[in-house]
Amino acid sequence: MSQSHRIDAKVGGGQIDRTKTLGFTFDGVGYQGHPGDTLASALLANGVRLMGRSFKYHRPRGPISSGSEEPNALVELRTGGRQEPNTRATVAELFDGLEAKSQNRWPSLRFDAMGINDKLSPFFAAGFYYKTFMWPKAFWEKLYEPIIRRAAGLGSVTREEDPDEYEKGFLHCDLLVIGAGPAGLIAALTAGRAGARVVLADEDFRMGGRLNAETFAVGGKSGADWAAGVVAELASLPNVRLMVRTTVIGAFDHGIYGAVERVSDHLAVPIAGKPRQVLWRIYSKRAILAAGAIERPIAFENNDRPGIMMAGALRAYANRWGVKAGERVAVFTNNDDGLRTAADLKAKGVDVVAVVDSRQGEEVIDTKGKLGLTQITIRDKAGRTRTVGVDALGVSGGWNPNVNVHSHHRSRPVWNDEIAAFVPGADGPAGLLVAGAAAGGLSTHAALKSGAEAARAAVEALGKQAPYSLPVAEDAPTKVSPLWFVHHGKGRAWIDQQNDVTVKDVKLAKQENFTSVEHLKRYTTLGMATDQGKTGNVIGLAVMAELTGRSIPETGTTIYRPPYTPVAMGTLAGRSRGKEFKPFRLTPSHQWASEQGAFFVEVGMWMRTQWVPKAGETEWRQSVDREVLATRKSVGICDVTTLGKIDIQGTDAGAFLDKVYANTFSTLAVGKCRYGLMLREDGMVFDDGTTARMGQNEYVMTTTTANAVTVFRHLEFCRQCLWPDMDVQLISTTEAWAQFSVAGPNARKLLEKVVDQDISDAAFPYMGAGNITVGGLRARLFRISFSGELAYEIAVPTRYGDALLREMLAKGAEFDPVVYGTEALGVMRIEKGHVAGGELNGQSTALNMGLGKMVSKKKDSIGMVLSQREGMVEENGYRLVGVKPVDPKAKLVAGSHFLEKGAAPVAANDGGWLTSKVYSPHLGCEIALGYLKGGDKKIGTRMRAVNLVGGLDTEVEIISQHMFDPEGERLRG
Amino acid sequence: MIIHHPILGPRDAQEFVYLGDESLIDRPDGMSAGIEEFHDYAYNRTNPAGEHRELWYHEQGDRSWLVVTRNTVTHEITKVELARDVARAKGRTK
Amino acid sequence: MRYSGFRVIKEALTGHKGWKPVWRDPTPQAEYDYIIVGGGGHGLATAYYLAKEFKQARIAVLEKGYLGGGNVGRNTTIIRSNYLLDGNEPFYEFSLKLWEGLEQDFNYNAMVSQRGIINLIHTDAQRDAFTRRANGMILHGADARMLSREDVRKMYPWLNFDNARFPIKGAIMQPRGGTVRHDAVAWGYARGADMRGVDLIQNCEVTGMRIENGRIKGVETSRGFIGAKKVGVAVAGSSSKVMAHAGMRLPIESHVLQAFVSEGLKPLIDGVMTFGAGHFYVSQSDKGGLVFGGDIDGYNSYAQRGNLPVIEDVAEGGMALMPAIGRVRLLRTWGGIMDMSMDGSPIIDKTHVDGLYFNGGWCYGGFKATPASGWCFAHLLAKDEPHKTATAYRFDRFLKGRMIDEKGQGATPNLH
Repeated sequence: MSQSHRIDAKVGGGQIDRTKTLGFTFDGVGYQGHPGDTLASALLANGVRLMGRSFKYHRPRGPISSGSEEPNALVELRTGGRQEPNTRATVAELFDGLEAKSQNRWPSLRFDAMGINDKLSPFFAAGFYYKTFMWPKAFWEKLYEPIIRRAAGLGSVTREEDPDEYEKGFLHCDLLVIGAGPAGLIAALTAGRAGARVVLADEDFRMGGRLNAETFAVGGKSGADWAAGVVAELASLPNVRLMVRTTVIGAFDHGIYGAVERVSDHLAVPIAGKPRQVLWRIYSKRAILAAGAIERPIAFENNDRPGIMMAGALRAYANRWGVKAGERVAVFTNNDDGLRTAADLKAKGVDVVAVVDSRQGEEVIDTKGKLGLTQITIRDKAGRTRTVGVDALGVSGGWNPNVNVHSHHRSRPVWNDEIAAFVPGADGPAGLLVAGAAAGGLSTHAALKSGAEAARAAVEALGKQAPYSLPVAEDAPTKVSPLWFVHHGKGRAWIDQQNDVTVKDVKLAKQENFTSVEHLKRYTTLGMATDQGKTGNVIGLAVMAELTGRSIPETGTTIYRPPYTPVAMGTLAGRSRGKEFKPFRLTPSHQWASEQGAFFVEVGMWMRTQWVPKAGETEWRQSVDREVLATRKSVGICDVTTLGKIDIQGTDAGAFLDKVYANTFSTLAVGKCRYGLMLREDGMVFDDGTTARMGQNEYVMTTTTANAVTVFRHLEFCRQCLWPDMDVQLISTTEAWAQFSVAGPNARKLLEKVVDQDISDAAFPYMGAGNITVGGLRARLFRISFSGELAYEIAVPTRYGDALLREMLAKGAEFDPVVYGTEALGVMRIEKGHVAGGELNGQSTALNMGLGKMVSKKKDSIGMVLSQREGMVEENGYRLVGVKPVDPKAKLVAGSHFLEKGAAPVAANDGGWLTSKVYSPHLGCEIALGYLKGGDKKIGTRMRAVNLVGGLDTEVEIISQHMFDPEGERLRG
Repeated sequence: MIIHHPILGPRDAQEFVYLGDESLIDRPDGMSAGIEEFHDYAYNRTNPAGEHRELWYHEQGDRSWLVVTRNTVTHEITKVELARDVARAKGRTK
Repeated sequence: MRYSGFRVIKEALTGHKGWKPVWRDPTPQAEYDYIIVGGGGHGLATAYYLAKEFKQARIAVLEKGYLGGGNVGRNTTIIRSNYLLDGNEPFYEFSLKLWEGLEQDFNYNAMVSQRGIINLIHTDAQRDAFTRRANGMILHGADARMLSREDVRKMYPWLNFDNARFPIKGAIMQPRGGTVRHDAVAWGYARGADMRGVDLIQNCEVTGMRIENGRIKGVETSRGFIGAKKVGVAVAGSSSKVMAHAGMRLPIESHVLQAFVSEGLKPLIDGVMTFGAGHFYVSQSDKGGLVFGGDIDGYNSYAQRGNLPVIEDVAEGGMALMPAIGRVRLLRTWGGIMDMSMDGSPIIDKTHVDGLYFNGGWCYGGFKATPASGWCFAHLLAKDEPHKTATAYRFDRFLKGRMIDEKGQGATPNLH
C-alpha cells in the first residue's frame, strides 16, 4: 500500500510537494515519496518503521529523531563507487531513483542471524572482552579477534573509487550565523539589515529549524511561513549569503569555521561540472551559534523498539512531512513539550491512546513488539500496571541545548537546573556568541530575543548599530522535572542506542569503579557512536550521578570534538587526490624528453628525466649504461634546473657566506666557483653545492634539489634574525634559470658552438664562473663537475631552456651528444664519490663524509661549535667509503650492512651500511658508497655486505670513495 | 589561525612556516662561546604553557621572519613584530 | 580478583553482581618510597613493574585528572619496533616482546593484535633507506620483510596503484607490528598495580617540588604535601611544566597531534599501513572505525585541539592512498599534547636533583613504548642505573653529540 501513513493533505499538508511523486527502493522494495521528504519520512509514510540494526545486539531499530543526531536509522545509500555507508535516513533527501540498503544484518533486516547476540546479552556486558579471550594465549589473534573483526562495523565500503568531485572554498564575513531556526533567522536579519556581511548556514535543506516542525504562530503567521518570509528578505539583501544544506563542522582558531555544503547529495548524480560537496573555510569576525536543542529520551525497559521515537520527532514527521508514524500513538513525557505532540497529532486525526506524564506519577515500564512496537506497559501512581496496544510512542525527557560547536575549544558546558540540561559554559571560542535554544532559551520568544540581542551585540562590536523588533511568539514555560530512567523493570533500558549501552552497563561501570565520566565513556562506549553522544550522553551521566549520589554537575561531562556531524573524507581532501594529490613541477627539458619517450621519476614535486631510451633498448640498464659511457666518451647533457639557485648580493655577501658555510667564501676570487659545505647549527651536514662569485658583491649559490626551499628559509633566518645589519639581499632564482650540465671530453667543443664568448681553458679555467651570452641572450656559465668529466653548467632564462637544449643537440650533433637522466647522473656521481641523498641524510657530519677538513675553525659559522662535540668526532665513527664486490659479477644491495668475515649477524657486529649502489660500466661491476665504522682505516680490506632481507651475503673490498679518476685529471682537461 | 603581519595585515597561518622559541635569535658567537653555551641555545627550551614568543616565517608571502606573541593554551595572538626589529632591539648587528 | 572465562560465564549467569572495583580510591599517605607523577600509560606501567618485577613497595601514582587520561587514552594504538638507530631499536624490540606477553602477565585483555605493519615505499631512495632499516631490525633480533609492489597489491588491491601521484613501489613490513586497545593498557596496568598495593591517586595535581640540599623530599599537590624518597615524573605533554618545579629547562617542546576515527565500517584494512608520500597512517579497530593520523599541527601548544589545515592534509593523504574512502565519514578528531624532543627520541634519566627522575620526550611514539618505558623507568628508579635497552636515553646526549635522530632533522622538534 503506497504511503499508507501519509496524513490527508486536507488535515495537514506539510512542507512536501504532493504534486510530484518520487520512486525509491529500500532493500530492493520499491516505494514512493515526495519532494521535501527525507528517506526516513518517506519510509515512515509507507509504514516502514524497521530501518536498521544496533551495533552489538543487532536489535531491530527505527528512527528516533528527525534530524542529524539520528543514531539508529543508518543505511547504505546508493551503489558502486558512490555507496555511502552509515547514511542517516533522517537527513538523506529523497530523490527519484534513490536506492538504499539496510546494514549490519545478515541475511536480511527482518531475519538477522546475529540477532543471537541479543539472546546472549548477559555475556556481552560492558567491558566483558577485557576479562576473557586470553586463553590459550594464541587464541585471541587466531580465533576470537578474527570473529570479532568480521562482526565489526556498520556499513560497508565497496572498494571502488568515489567518482564524484569535491571542492574547497573560502568565505569572509562579519558575522557567521550557525543554524537558521528562529534565533538564527532573526540574528541574520538583525545583522543583515544593519549592513553587516552575514553568512547564514543551516544543515537542513529548508531553513526555519524547529519552526518547520511546529504549528504555533510567529508574528501572526505559521512559524514556517514566518521563517519563509525572513528567508525571502535575507535573500534580497546583497550583504547576506544564505547557505542551506551547509553544516558548520567545527570552530577553529581566530574566528575560522569549517563548513560542509552538500551541493549535490539531493540529486541522483551531481550535475556535470558540479562537485558533490564543498568544504568551506569561513573567516568570521563574529559568530553566533544558534544550533537549537536536541530532545533526549528517557531510559526504560525495551525503549528501543522501532516505533518509539522522540516526541518532537513524532510531531515533526506529522507537521512537516505529513506523516503519522503510527495509527495508535502514545506519549511519555516529563515536561509540557511532550503534551504538544499529543495535541498536534490529535489535531491531525491520529488516535492518541495514552499520554503518560511522569509528573503525574505515571511511567512506561516496558514495551513489546519484535520488529516494531505493538504494546506498552504503563505503571500508574498507585503502582498498578496496564498494557496499551500502540504502534508509536513519543518520548520526551526534555531538551539538551546543542552546545557541540561551542565546546570545540574545550569549554566545559555548565548545568542549568531550570531546564535540567547543560548549557554553554565560559571560555568558548573567542568571538562566538550563543543564542536561542542552544543557549538554553527553549521558548520561541526566548529564542527570538536572544538571537536578536546576540546579533546586536556582534554588530555593535564591529561599530554598527543594529536595532531590532521581535515578532510575537509563544513563551510557554520550559521547566523540566527530570526523569532519566525508569526504576521499575528488570530488563535492559537503552541509553546509547547505536552502541547498545544500557542502564545496566552504567551500573556495572559504577560497580567496577569506572565512575569518572571519561572512564564511563571509554568502558561502556557511551557516546562513541556516530551521534557522538548527542542523544544519550546526558542520561548516562545522570544515571551515574544517581548511582554515586553526586549531582550531575559534580559528575561532570565529556566535551564534543569536531566535526559536529561526520564528514566525508573526500570532502576534506577536495581536489588533492589521484595525480592531483600534489602539484607537478616540470623541468624546461620535459617537453623534449617526453617527445623522446623518456622515463620520468618523482623527485619531491619535480618530475625529472630518469633515462632516455633509444630504439631497441628494452632494459633500463641498457639506456643508463649507454648514457654514462657516451658522456665519458664524448659529451652528455643533463637538466639540473631542479637544483636550488639563490642570488646573494650586498657589501656583506662574502661575510654572510662565511657565516652560513663551514668553509670560506669571502676570499673567493670574482669569476670563480667553490664547493660549499653547509652545516646545521647542531653540526650535522645540512646541504652542499657550488657557489660562484659573479662580482665583488654578488654571489650565486646552488643547493641540492631536496633542500632548495629549506636552505633559502635558513639563509633568511640568518640574515634577518642573527645578523640583521648585514648588507645582504637574497632571492631564490630556482625557477628563473634553466640550467644544464654539459659534461664529457667534448663538453667545451660543444658549448663553443652555442656561446658567444671565448671559453677556452685559459679564458674559462676549471671552477671558473661568469655571465656570458648565447646568441645574444644573457646566460651564466660555471665550470663545475658532478660527473668527474670536463663539465660546465650553463643557465639561460627558463623560457629559453627548451630552445637551448635543442640548439646544443643540433649544433653539437657531430659529437653525438646524449641527454642523460638521473640514473646516469647517479652512476657518475657515485663513481666519483660525491655525496647525495643517501649520504646527506641529516644524520651525518662532515667528518663522516670525509670532508672534516672543510669546517674552518678560524671563523664563526653555523654548526662549527657543535660539530666538535665528543660523540661527533670519534676516531672510530662512520666514514664514507667506496665498496666493490670481490667477484665482479656479484651483486650489491643498498641498505645492506657491513659485517666482518665470519661475524654473526647480530647488532654488536654491525659495521655500517651501504648508502647507495649503482652498476659502473667503467669498472664493470656494481659499486656502492657506504658508511663504515672506522672506514678510513679499512681501505683495502675485505668485509661482507649482507642483506638479511634479501638473502644476499657478498664479499666486498673497501676502497676509496673516489672510484673513478681519483686524481681528477679529466675534469681539468 | 590568523597572523596579523605587521606589513601585510591578517594572513592565514598556513602561509607561514613555524620555527620555535624566539630565543633562537640569541645565538652565541662561535668564536667566544663554547659547546655548553651553544648546547643550551640549540637544545633547551622554556616551553611555557601560556605566553610564548615564537618565530614564524612568511614563506608563501614576503619572506619576513616574524616574532609572534601567542598563548600556547588559548592560541590567542597578542603581538606580531618583524624578527629583524626584535633582533636589533636585542643588540644584534652583523 | 582474577579474571577468567569461567568467571565471565558465572557472572553472566548471576547478574554480574560479583565484579569488584578494578582499583581502590585510596587517601594519600604522608610519605611513600616512590611517587610516580602521572597516571598515564607510562606512569602506571612504571608503578606496576616497580611493584611486580622490582619488588618495591610504598608506591603512589599521582594523577591530576583520571587514570589513563594522558596520551595512552588518545592515540592511534599502533605497536611496532621498526626503528632505524641503535639507540632505539633494542628498546622498542624489548617493548614489543613485553606486549606479546602482556595480557597473561597482567590478566587483562588489552587486545594485543599483531596483524602486521607496512610502510609503503614510493622512491628508490626510500627503498634503500628501508632496506638499511630492515637489516638493522633483524640484526637487533626483530622481524622485518621487504615487500614488492605486487606483494602490496595482493594485500590491498584497492589502494591507488594505477593513478597515483607517487606510485607504490613496495613496502617494508614488520609482521609482529599491530595494534592494542589503548584504554585497556592503562586499566590493565592500573588494576595490576592496585592489586600489588600501589596507591593510585586521581584528581591530585603536582603543584611544586620540595627539594632540600639537592635532594627531593616530596611533592606539593592539590591534595597537600606528600613526602617521597624518590620521585619519578612521567607526564609527557606536561613535562616542561612539571620539571620547571625543579628549575629545569628541557630539550622538549609541547606540540599538538591530532588523531582521527571514522564511522564504523565492515572490515576493510586488516593491518597497519603508513603512506610514505604524505604523512598518513591508518588501521581499522576491532569495532570497525578507521583510526588514522598524520603530522603534528607544528606549533607549540598545550590546547589539546588542532586546526583545520592539518585535518585536510591528513584527509588528502588518505584519499591519495585509498580513493575508495571518499564517502567514508570522519567521525571524530582529537588533539593530544606531545613531548616533542630535540632529536625525536625519548629521555629516561636521572636529573641534577638526587632522587628525582624523568621519563618523557616521547614525541608521538610513546604508546608503543609503554611497557618498556615502564619497565626501564622502574629499573632506573629501583636500581639507580639504566636498563640495558635504555642506556642511550640520557639528557646529556645533546651535550655530548650523541643524538638519536631517526629522521635526521636536527634540533627542530616539529619535524620529528
